[in-house]
Amino acid sequence: MFNLRDKAAVTGVGETIYARESEQSQLALTLGASLRAIVDAGLDPKEIDGVIPYSGGGIVAEDFITNFGLHDLRYSAQTPMGGASPVAALQSAAMAVATGVANHVLVALGRGSISGGRITSRLAQMPQMRLVAEFEMPIGTNAPAQFYAHMARRHMELYGTTSEQFGEVAITCRQNAKLNERAMMRKPMTLEDHQNSRMIAEPFRLFDCSLESAGAAAVVVSSPERARDLAHPPILISGVAEGHPESPSAITQRPDLTRMGIARAAPIAFAMADVTHADIDVAEIYDCFTYIVLCQLEDLGFCAKGEGGEFIADGRIRLDGELPINTHGGLLSEAHIAGMNHIVELVRQLRGDCGERQVKGAETGLVTGFGDLGDGSIAIMHR
Amino acid sequence: MIEEYDQLPKKPRPEPSAENQPYWDGLLKHRLLVQCCLNCQKLRHYPRPMCDACYSMDFTWQEINGHGTIHSWTVSHHPFHHGFKHEVPYVTVTADLEAGVRLQAPLLGHGEATLTLGLAVVVAYINIDATLTLPCLNVVP
Repeated sequence: MFNLRDKAAVTGVGETIYARESEQSQLALTLGASLRAIVDAGLDPKEIDGVIPYSGGGIVAEDFITNFGLHDLRYSAQTPMGGASPVAALQSAAMAVATGVANHVLVALGRGSISGGRITSRLAQMPQMRLVAEFEMPIGTNAPAQFYAHMARRHMELYGTTSEQFGEVAITCRQNAKLNERAMMRKPMTLEDHQNSRMIAEPFRLFDCSLESAGAAAVVVSSPERARDLAHPPILISGVAEGHPESPSAITQRPDLTRMGIARAAPIAFAMADVTHADIDVAEIYDCFTYIVLCQLEDLGFCAKGEGGEFIADGRIRLDGELPINTHGGLLSEAHIAGMNHIVELVRQLRGDCGERQVKGAETGLVTGFGDLGDGSIAIMHR
Repeated sequence: MIEEYDQLPKKPRPEPSAENQPYWDGLLKHRLLVQCCLNCQKLRHYPRPMCDACYSMDFTWQEINGHGTIHSWTVSHHPFHHGFKHEVPYVTVTADLEAGVRLQAPLLGHGEATLTLGLAVVVAYINIDATLTLPCLNVVP
């Protein structure tokens, strides 16, 4: 049976600086990161013939044609899955290059500066939030911290998961961020700091929540044949999938609040890549909230449902642990670039380019996305 | 109640489609209505055009009783919407209703009760103005 195993490679990665605000527009940031990714691959922008812009925020394929002067764009798509979009876009890009529809697909995501009511006003307009906007926002459920708090609370009540265990995720990200000069938050964080941070939406404290960031990241996906002659050894995509949860438009009505879309995608990606969990040297796990990391580790199959809290204990997910995660600091401490920064980091880890935070001998890794009301995506890559 | 509401920053209001209007009209009369498939009798909420069990688009609105239990909850401390800044901290509960659908609503009265999964709750109603009533929950004493 045809599948996408090793039919596409990430050949270039690029980022802007990450900060709380930027004077550049979302489009300018996106183009800046895109150009870096194209140059990193050893390509000229004119060689890009496919583009998948991030669906959140109004950047369209036409913007890339206009600014890069592309004259032969053959493929464009969007993957509107919130924070699951970038990794889901890898699947679409891989399909495009594997079938010969395009040779080099640019996947780009940028976020402009924060404005006061950005989250709530923007969310209310999104079609995938239609039911939340009608039935939940009027009663005071207005932002992701509140949407996901019900998932986290149920997990804690069913399985005894604790806020201290969430803290381990936050501390792990912060420790890794200390080794990443691009990271926005590099001040040391202790468990006490985490526990003393102000409550946002129980059980989430401030340090359970990801950052607000302005910046952009991008990658180029190429066919393995084209990748051979480019600037870096190709990082092959060996397994990739997206998955949607039950009741994707309303967490409230989901039969099992503790199971997300990635639970459906993970077995597909692992089978496609023909690897086991023990083969994963490094994992960049989407971390909009600490709990979402813990839940994904379960849904990915690294441990059974309910065992995530124990799984991450004893340093297992730290840089020198059995399963290092979020080696760049993640959305919690590097920057919230909606997980495009996770893809960039995985590629750099597999290239061996991460300096002090390099996972020794990393050959195979995975990256996940999580978005909207539980959509998931996963890519397994190897060098 | 109405005057007090008007003095606060505006909260988001539902903008129901014609299809969903009967749910909101029911709340105005303090009745909890959910869709019931006319072909297979499956109840569903939130409202949608099609029954996911039998694909029938024929349905009626059926009143259900407001009793249920806590499925999960959160306490909001940060007002993400300015309309709620005078209300934090407030409790929002996801409740399993006896009819088999869930309701998310603010928990008003819980007195000394410790929140826990399975705690019995019952729906009540907050009259906002002439065109909007919202559901809320109280712990069953």
